[in-house]
Amino acid sequence: MIENHLSLLLVVLPLLAAPIVAVLPNGRLPWAVSTLVSWSVFYLAAWQLMNVNTGNVISYELGGWAPPWGIEYRIDAANALVALIVSGIAALTLPYALKSVIKEIPQQQHALFYAAFMLCLTGLLGIAQTGDIFNLFVFLEISSLSSYALISLGKKRQALTAAYQYLIMGTIGATFFIIGVGLLYAMTGTLNMADLAQRLPELYEHRTIHTAFAFIMVGFALKLALFPLHVWLPNAYTYAPTVVTIFLAATATKVAVYVMLRMVFTVFSFTFIESTPADELFLLLCVMGILGMSFYAIYQKDSKRLLAYSSVAQIGYMMLGIGLGSVLGATATLVHLFNHALMKGALFMAIGALVYRVGSSRLEHFSGLGKQMPWTFAAIVIGGLSLIGVPGTAGFISKWYLVLAAIEQQNWLIVGVILIGSLLAVIYVWKIVEVLYFKATGEMEQHNTAVKEAPLMMLIPMWVLVLANVYFGFNTELTVGTAQQAVQLLIPGVNK
Amino acid sequence: MKHNLILRVVSKFLIPLIILFALYVQFHGDFGPGGGFQAGVIFSAAIILYGLVFGLDKAKRVITPYVLRLLASLGVLIYAGTGAATILLGGNFLQYGVLASSQLAGQHLGILVIELGVGMTVMSVMLIIFFTFAERGQAVLNSKIESERE
Repeated sequence: MIENHLSLLLVVLPLLAAPIVAVLPNGRLPWAVSTLVSWSVFYLAAWQLMNVNTGNVISYELGGWAPPWGIEYRIDAANALVALIVSGIAALTLPYALKSVIKEIPQQQHALFYAAFMLCLTGLLGIAQTGDIFNLFVFLEISSLSSYALISLGKKRQALTAAYQYLIMGTIGATFFIIGVGLLYAMTGTLNMADLAQRLPELYEHRTIHTAFAFIMVGFALKLALFPLHVWLPNAYTYAPTVVTIFLAATATKVAVYVMLRMVFTVFSFTFIESTPADELFLLLCVMGILGMSFYAIYQKDSKRLLAYSSVAQIGYMMLGIGLGSVLGATATLVHLFNHALMKGALFMAIGALVYRVGSSRLEHFSGLGKQMPWTFAAIVIGGLSLIGVPGTAGFISKWYLVLAAIEQQNWLIVGVILIGSLLAVIYVWKIVEVLYFKATGEMEQHNTAVKEAPLMMLIPMWVLVLANVYFGFNTELTVGTAQQAVQLLIPGVNK
Repeated sequence: MKHNLILRVVSKFLIPLIILFALYVQFHGDFGPGGGFQAGVIFSAAIILYGLVFGLDKAKRVITPYVLRLLASLGVLIYAGTGAATILLGGNFLQYGVLASSQLAGQHLGILVIELGVGMTVMSVMLIIFFTFAERGQAVLNSKIESERE
């Protein structure tokens, strides 16, 4: 029975858990229930991926109403891969969360914190699973509203402003998206993505369709923090509680990139995109984003903010694949989406462990900690190498495919930008490493010599992600294999 | 509060009617205009009116914040639980048809039950929002009064 409802249970399980967790007494119970649910969801997502990895598509009709009238969950390799990474990161973040949350969030808010976390998971998984464009908007709102609440729980007062800024920007993004959806519905009379893809080609000349496309693209560019619409992201990541930063950095923007892929390649086709200036614009913004934001990252004094700017640059890489508009490009985007979740998850977990011990995320307060916390330090080094794209790490695989996609089109400028971006990454990763290992403990940080290694509950999830970075640097069957499978389904008509 | 006699009498007269109307909208949502969302808002308006006229503390005694949190969660659980029930009965998620012996009766029952869940959650969340803002306002007011006394 479970197998028939697999794609749905993935979304409904955390949804059912959220109200239960919200009324549980504060203590360890809400954490235990959420962790249990996230692991079951991860198990279901892995099961789902195995089912669709052979190239077939699962369709689930909500309420028994047949698509395109009813809401349909349509699972192919692309959805399944995104659902796997979202649930996997949640399953690793929650064990890590126990100690970090006790330290950063007041006791009386614990149950509500985990309830919001479950809702955020519901929303992100829902976006990944659904095949209905309006349903996608609903899940987008669920995940966004809960993440505003989660970010505002940060310890510093700036967390409130950061959450408010994200609220305004996110709402504008969601509104733009829904305006686009409304225009599409007015023109085609359908909300089902597969159905839209069939009905749109005859309307490609129509100006309303172009307007709808523009609204949807700008809306999601806001949600995924594409340069120059990224201004909410550094503040949100810096001031949110550590656990929230880890989870959002590794999943929220990735899900938005997936939606972009789905919109560009499935709902609209690439032939349509080529008739608009969107693809050139994407490439231009990505190049500016990669170079500009990497430079910004170098000059940051706060470790979380440094990684946040690096995230904006990395989103540039993901969107490059979409801008190139080829099979290889889309494959590279999907692979980098997966790999970047692994590396940023690992890095933010390591920074979180430092914050847990020192109580600050500013780089100057970390001096000399590398010797006291060797495991955390090693995690930062390996995660950083992956971020740079050194061979033998997951980051290398995604950059390799990106470069291949660029070379395929003889676009040497893009190849150059990817390489320069990697060099800039060396500099900002080095900044963290230098402070941790090579800087003598300053007078202000005398107490750093007494700091102990992070607790085991934090080290284990961190190292699972670090080892995953190495593992997926050698074994690309899951990432590249699934991505190639997914791209064939994403781009109808491509059969290589 | 002592002087607003007319306000108090009129509210006491109106509040039961508002609640009655909320219940009407709740249970006629299946065939007429209305439903859980509207009913929830109307119901909470009754309590908010009570709170405005008789004071926040008294309103909180009618429905305590803890009960509100329970109700808000229970509403979501009823909605999602209905979906789970339809799965257990052999249908798809929220396929109301399987809830009763006939398709029509099942659809009818299903929509009434989930609207009840929606009504409960909307009512409680509205009140939670009202209480949260009102509490903050009262705290500011109290501190002002104290500083004036000094």
